[in-house]
Amino acid sequence: MFGLFGRKKSKDHLKERLKLVLSYDRAKLTPAKMDELKDELLQVIGKYFPAEENDYDVKLERHGDRMVFVANLPVSRVEAH
Amino acid sequence: MNAKAIVVTSGKGGVGKTTTTANVGAALAQLGEKVAVIDTDVGLRNLDVVMGLEGRVVFDIIDVFERRCKLKQALIRDKRVDSLYLLAASQTKDKSSLSEGQMKAVVKALIEREGFDRVLIDSPAGIESGFQTAASAAQGALVVVNPEVSSVRDADRIIGLLEAREIDEVKLVINRIRPEMVKRGDMLEVEDVLEILGVKLIGIVPEDEKILVSTNIGNPASLDNGVKAGAGSAFRNIARRLRGDEVPYLSLDSGGGFLASLRRLFGGS
Repeated sequence: MFGLFGRKKSKDHLKERLKLVLSYDRAKLTPAKMDELKDELLQVIGKYFPAEENDYDVKLERHGDRMVFVANLPVSRVEAH
Repeated sequence: MNAKAIVVTSGKGGVGKTTTTANVGAALAQLGEKVAVIDTDVGLRNLDVVMGLEGRVVFDIIDVFERRCKLKQALIRDKRVDSLYLLAASQTKDKSSLSEGQMKAVVKALIEREGFDRVLIDSPAGIESGFQTAASAAQGALVVVNPEVSSVRDADRIIGLLEAREIDEVKLVINRIRPEMVKRGDMLEVEDVLEILGVKLIGIVPEDEKILVSTNIGNPASLDNGVKAGAGSAFRNIARRLRGDEVPYLSLDSGGGFLASLRRLFGGS
């Protein structure tokens, strides 16, 4: 993926950008809708356990032929009492 | 491809739909098929000039729809290959003059009544009614794509719409590929495009100055059988693959990168 001098080829940038934009196109999701979904999910999950808001990330990924919705939410350390 | 009626489409304009229709149509006719090419780009007709038949258009597809002439009268026979016919688009109407029902009826009449083996339907750019009408009569599709960002994105959209129409034979023509740029890593490779779009390949066409020259004089490059490389021969190979022949993909250069990637793509080491 990287050239002789570590320069990433321009076509690799394009491939990554296309894969990302097409996953949202195919799911008919706009980035704004994704943000909305992210916020709502955080509220729901936050009711059940403490979550790290900062490292929270949701995205669509392609796994072979299917699109997969991935939410990555680190759980905060729960203090022992 | 089993489909007799095939729409040639792309979403984005200017990627080579009309060139593909003219060249693949001419090559199929040269292989012995009775072929009709239909221009559905009403208001922006171009297939006639690309094929060098502009001086002979008397009636067009809207005249057929509105019964000002018989279907046979609107079919322009190509003098170079006598089993090749053009049905021109109207230049004075707009796309709302075409309906899906009429389109289907014309294509059905061409195949069942006039005995055509193949009907290639040149779709207008876009995803709106013009494209939808062109696709309505087709059982197969050639999606033309250039290896660049907007063309690939639009092709993905078109593929989704073709699937929604239950057109099951959808094949990809990667057009205007530049081997030296692919080699430098500045253009998507064939296998990148296939991986992103997830449809089967039917042709790889190199960028070729001869296409512009042949279009200038109105003579499809694929008719020049003497030329064994370049876009014209790539279009001839597409015609043969459409007929079910196993045709190896041409290496576009003698260097390592592109050839190696083709070998990887087609099961070699």
